[in-house]
Amino acid sequence: MSDGPEPVDIAAERRRIIAARNKVLALVLLGFVVLFFAITIAKMQH
Amino acid sequence: MALAGGMRASGAYALPLQRGEGAQGGWAMSAPLHAPAAAAAPLPADWRDFFALTKPRVMTLVIFTGLCGLLAAPGHVHPVIAFTAILCIAVGAGGAAALNQWWEADIDAGMKRTAKRPLPAGRMHRDSARDFGVGLSFAAVITMGLGVNWLCAAILAVSIVYYAVLYTIWLKPRTPQNIVIGGGAGAFPPLIGWVAVTGHVTLMPVLLFALIFMWTPPHFWSLALFVQTDYAKVGIPMLPVVAGEPATRRQILIYSILLLPLSLVPWWIGGAGAIYGWSAAVLSGLFLALAVRVGLRRRAPEDDSMKPEKQMFAYSVLYLFVIFAALVADRIWAGWK
Repeated sequence: MSDGPEPVDIAAERRRIIAARNKVLALVLLGFVVLFFAITIAKMQH
Repeated sequence: MALAGGMRASGAYALPLQRGEGAQGGWAMSAPLHAPAAAAAPLPADWRDFFALTKPRVMTLVIFTGLCGLLAAPGHVHPVIAFTAILCIAVGAGGAAALNQWWEADIDAGMKRTAKRPLPAGRMHRDSARDFGVGLSFAAVITMGLGVNWLCAAILAVSIVYYAVLYTIWLKPRTPQNIVIGGGAGAFPPLIGWVAVTGHVTLMPVLLFALIFMWTPPHFWSLALFVQTDYAKVGIPMLPVVAGEPATRRQILIYSILLLPLSLVPWWIGGAGAIYGWSAAVLSGLFLALAVRVGLRRRAPEDDSMKPEKQMFAYSVLYLFVIFAALVADRIWAGWK
């Protein structure tokens, strides 16, 4: 038994962080598309 | 997530900036990395670190004042356009905050209050923060121009340059009056919100700008009084560090005296009604009372808890929220009558 830090799977952690970033980026881009669609409709009504 | 948090908190992959290298964008490992992490490249920044770069807590005040400017303005705007304007104000503020942290990474590393931010803590590469800030700023300005109007976009662009360049890069490290001019950066949101509705600049939004401009020095200097050791340590010429405490207390009092009549001008010129007028009188009167207590006080020789200064700082945040809420309440009341 050792009191030192537990070994960590760096590659898995890197993949997890990048996957989470990609999901957030996808959501942001989707939001951007929806926003511009809504702006277009709003301007057409105006 | 607990795994990543633990690793990050332990500094296993941290590459903290060395003091003095930050402005040039240099990176250096300040301490040997723990095995087995030492052999690996540092982990990429988590999306939460990018979010933290936007200073979300500051952003709430920016969103609030921008929304109040928008709601208090005479006229009507489509809810989608209103949402777009507020979103762009928030994203623009986030971009400017990211650029601020990119430039000040080495300064932040030297202050206890900011040392855990993504850049000084070594959780993010400096170029990523710069690119993120530039990207957010451009996205906000372009979207504002296309979605709302180009006058708003121009004011937003000026506010970002004002904060990221005029304040962060130029004034903050050079003059103890940095906060006075820099306060203008935070004063733009209600002006932009107002212009999003009206399409032009009039006296009222300029007065709202002036209100935040005048509020910022006593707000920030009351904070600087009880965290001044940190600013002194990193060489930022904050007023308490350069001119001393008595001069800072005097300045807090002067700005608070000026804030009282200024906050009443919208009422006097008929731009706001009695709800705002009485609220402003009471709120600014209390602000002045707290400023008098801070302004005429001398720090106790030992074990001074700086309670009046902390109370004034806390009240100053509440003050801005309530006075802008009163402005909106006034407009809603006027609409009902």
